[in-house]
Amino acid sequence: MPEIGPKIGRRSLLAGMAALGAGACAKISESETGQSLVKVAEGWHRAAHRTLASRQALAREYAPDERSPTFKGNGSVSVDDGFYQQQLASGFPDWKLEVRGLVEKPLTLTMADLRALPQRSQITRHDCVEGWSAIGEWTGPQLSGLLDAAKVKEGANFILFRCADTLYGRVYYESIDMVDAYHPQTIIAHALNGEPIPEKNGAPLRMRIERQLGYKHAKYLTAIEAVASLDGIGDGRGGFWEDVAGYQWYAGM
Amino acid sequence: MSVSKPKHAFSTRLWHWVNAVAIIILFMSGLNISNAHKYLYWGDYGFDPKDAWLAVIKFPGWATIPQHYNLAVARDWHVIMAWPFGVGLLFIWIAMLVNGHFFRDLITAVRDWTPGAVIASLKAHSGDKADHSYNPVQRILYGAVFGVLLPLMVFTGLAISPGFEPAAPWLVDLLGGRQSARSLHFITAWAVFGFFVIHIVLALANWRLIAEMITGGRRDAAAPPASEPEPLPPLEGAPEHA
Repeated sequence: MPEIGPKIGRRSLLAGMAALGAGACAKISESETGQSLVKVAEGWHRAAHRTLASRQALAREYAPDERSPTFKGNGSVSVDDGFYQQQLASGFPDWKLEVRGLVEKPLTLTMADLRALPQRSQITRHDCVEGWSAIGEWTGPQLSGLLDAAKVKEGANFILFRCADTLYGRVYYESIDMVDAYHPQTIIAHALNGEPIPEKNGAPLRMRIERQLGYKHAKYLTAIEAVASLDGIGDGRGGFWEDVAGYQWYAGM
Repeated sequence: MSVSKPKHAFSTRLWHWVNAVAIIILFMSGLNISNAHKYLYWGDYGFDPKDAWLAVIKFPGWATIPQHYNLAVARDWHVIMAWPFGVGLLFIWIAMLVNGHFFRDLITAVRDWTPGAVIASLKAHSGDKADHSYNPVQRILYGAVFGVLLPLMVFTGLAISPGFEPAAPWLVDLLGGRQSARSLHFITAWAVFGFFVIHIVLALANWRLIAEMITGGRRDAAAPPASEPEPLPPLEGAPEHA
């Protein structure tokens, strides 16, 4: 085939041009300026989203027949721990959720305590950073109610979620700011589609942070902590994936 | 003596090159993001490859930014370059409306859409014409890029952002749900790439065109000097550097 010669020439020329650009990109993104630009842009996106919609604007809620037939599990899909597995088998009778940190009245709640609180049910879409979406009904008490009961102290700027699962030898955790913490759809879910949450989706408790991507929705929840700063927690970037892979802390886009 | 008007206004040239950089980075980082979940769906949800309407190939490292799979870095590049791309599109639309470029070169008449007009423009190789006017095929193609493809990239991109959705839930509905918006984002990106390839091949065939997009060129370069000053339609009265 006579046209193979020039064809390869053009293709490698284009690939070469692309590689040149991409090489420059790698240099820029590793530089300090590149890193701070990324941080600044993340702040813009959060500010832009909250300016365009109100701070308390709700994520879309769907009708029951719009739910996906199943709900994908991703990331940690099981917890390799004896106590967890024993609790999972028996319906989490001894599972405790602590509310602690910068609060006046630290709390320890059982599953029964959480179910006895005023409940919110919401059928929402879960968007993974990878690109896929699933829709399900989540039920549980609002985080704002627990924070009010524990009386968050002045000076608390973030709410931290502690988890039972480990990935790559690190314990999972996540964090959000106070705007998302007091958002009406931010709930501590104990049920998915009317049933206790399956293990792959975060049994027995999973956070719902509906205006952000899936990795913010901490699973296998053990504690909620009010903190002034994210420094010194994990690698200081505010979450497991933020620390391990450099994901954006504000995951609204 | 008055200075002859450049063929390409400064606003056009500035936008062209900023946008070229933005599109290349957006496209290549987008291919990296595509590798994170290589399936496309219609509707609101979609996660099971069984429900996908398209299983996309894994894009090779040389085609992506960065050159290996890294979703976090690809997303950083993608969401940063979305700003010059989106704001730039708004800027060039305003500039084209103010300086008359849109009304002079891009707007089409019914007669431009006839098969005869299309065949005639393909035969004529408009680049060699002295009057530098855009032929029907160019008007239709550039019009489709400015009026449909580029805005659709911005709107489908906004629609798949969960933090943006509460500001305009109607946009997600209009596009048929989030997974439909994601599919349209992908399809439109490849349509833009298709235009990009044609555009580059035609530009490489005549290096003068590339030089003119840098220097501005002269609109009356091929016309006899006596033709200056050329009569301007009212909309061209605005300064080109608007």
